[in-house]
Amino acid sequence: MKILGWKELPIGGLILEGGTAAQYITGGWRTMRPVIDTAKCINCLTCWCYCPDSSIKVENEKITGFDLDHCKGCGICAKECPPKVQAIKMVAESEVRG
Amino acid sequence: MAKRVAMTGNEAMAEAMRQINPDVVAAYPITPATEVVQIFSSFVADGLVNTEFVNAESEHSAMSACIGSAAAGARTMTSTASQGLALMWEMLYIASGLRLPIVMAEINRALSAPINIHCDHSDTMGARDCGWIQIFSENAQEAYDNMIQAIRIAEKVLLPVMVTTDGFIISHGMETMELLSDDEVGGFIGEYKPQHSILDVENPITVGAIDFTDYYFEHKRQQIEAMNTAIPHILEIGKEFAQLSGRSYELVEGYMLEDAEIAIVALGSTIGTAMVVIDELRDKGIKAGLLKIRVFRPFPAKEIAAALQHLKSIAIMDRSDSVNAGGGPLFTEILAALYPLSVRPLVVNYIYGLGGRDMDMERIQGVYQDLQKIAAAASIDQPIKYLGVRE
Repeated sequence: MKILGWKELPIGGLILEGGTAAQYITGGWRTMRPVIDTAKCINCLTCWCYCPDSSIKVENEKITGFDLDHCKGCGICAKECPPKVQAIKMVAESEVRG
Repeated sequence: MAKRVAMTGNEAMAEAMRQINPDVVAAYPITPATEVVQIFSSFVADGLVNTEFVNAESEHSAMSACIGSAAAGARTMTSTASQGLALMWEMLYIASGLRLPIVMAEINRALSAPINIHCDHSDTMGARDCGWIQIFSENAQEAYDNMIQAIRIAEKVLLPVMVTTDGFIISHGMETMELLSDDEVGGFIGEYKPQHSILDVENPITVGAIDFTDYYFEHKRQQIEAMNTAIPHILEIGKEFAQLSGRSYELVEGYMLEDAEIAIVALGSTIGTAMVVIDELRDKGIKAGLLKIRVFRPFPAKEIAAALQHLKSIAIMDRSDSVNAGGGPLFTEILAALYPLSVRPLVVNYIYGLGGRDMDMERIQGVYQDLQKIAAAASIDQPIKYLGVRE
């Protein structure tokens, strides 16, 4: 996304189209990231229901991973994953990125 | 055809609002501004306007409702004073930051504590950095005229405008004045065609999104530019209004100033009293004049410097104090405006009229006597004085 100058931007902080949050990458705020064990996952989609950033990727009613461009690492998905399943773990970004 | 009437300042502002016929008025009553919306609410009840009138539970809510209404593309007005304006504070910044053309009748009144209901400019001056255009009125006629022009100014530059009068002195004082016809006002302000509306589902927009370090500065820069470019628009709209009404409006207006050697600079109702004093002084051969500041925001620094540069001594009259130990707001800003001049007049500050303390002819005469002494001595012994306070 091009960063516009003050002469180019719509005034008053207006955003003149819908759905632009998808273009705004906020994953950089994250210090922890969710990691899923697909062998354990029962695809109950509880995490999808609870994720406040719509960052659980689903295809054909099956979880395929996380939208790490927007996941803030809050850990709600891991917390809400049913106790008997425990398919999601939160891992420090520093461990993943090295 | 102009109609000559007797009206108080509040009645005149309410009458302007009737003729403007805004889409929405959201307000909460406070002395001495109460009458503006009280009278207007009777116009609503009597079916004389098409306005949606919102009785809010506080001034903070009133300004919040105005912001929502203006963001929906409605022509929106309100009125307040003193503590009411103070309670609106955070919303004032939001109205201007979102570039919403809200017009407010602001009736100048002292701020607590001690509690006081009478005129000074502490409330409006406290809001001077909120990003609102601020226009001071000398009398009821100007209050009426300024309200009508404010609609055009706000909608042209997309900044909110507060039009002020002096509490009780103008708001409750009756004067003869001229009204335009409803058709003339309607023709002058025209139909408001907002560029965007939050209710336009075909063209969805987001209002009030968060700006981080990446965009906030750019949006503030735009707002500053809007304030810069407001000056020519205010002048142009003033000229157009003069063609309609026969009454001309500038950013600043001099009285007997061109050949003056000494002058005062003031805002609001004090101007009329000072003019009478000047007439008396001129009869005695004293070259006294004055500069009225009509538009305080945007601050017309260049125009003020040009109007004052030839004077020997100047008294800046502040009806509020910044309590910064450095003089009132008008004083410090005019000093800054004069600084680029290679030869500067001698400038002193008078803090006067706090909490409604009378500004009479005698006190103004005293100021001109001081100015004569300063001009003769070519020096200042006391830069800031408090006029009319008991020691």
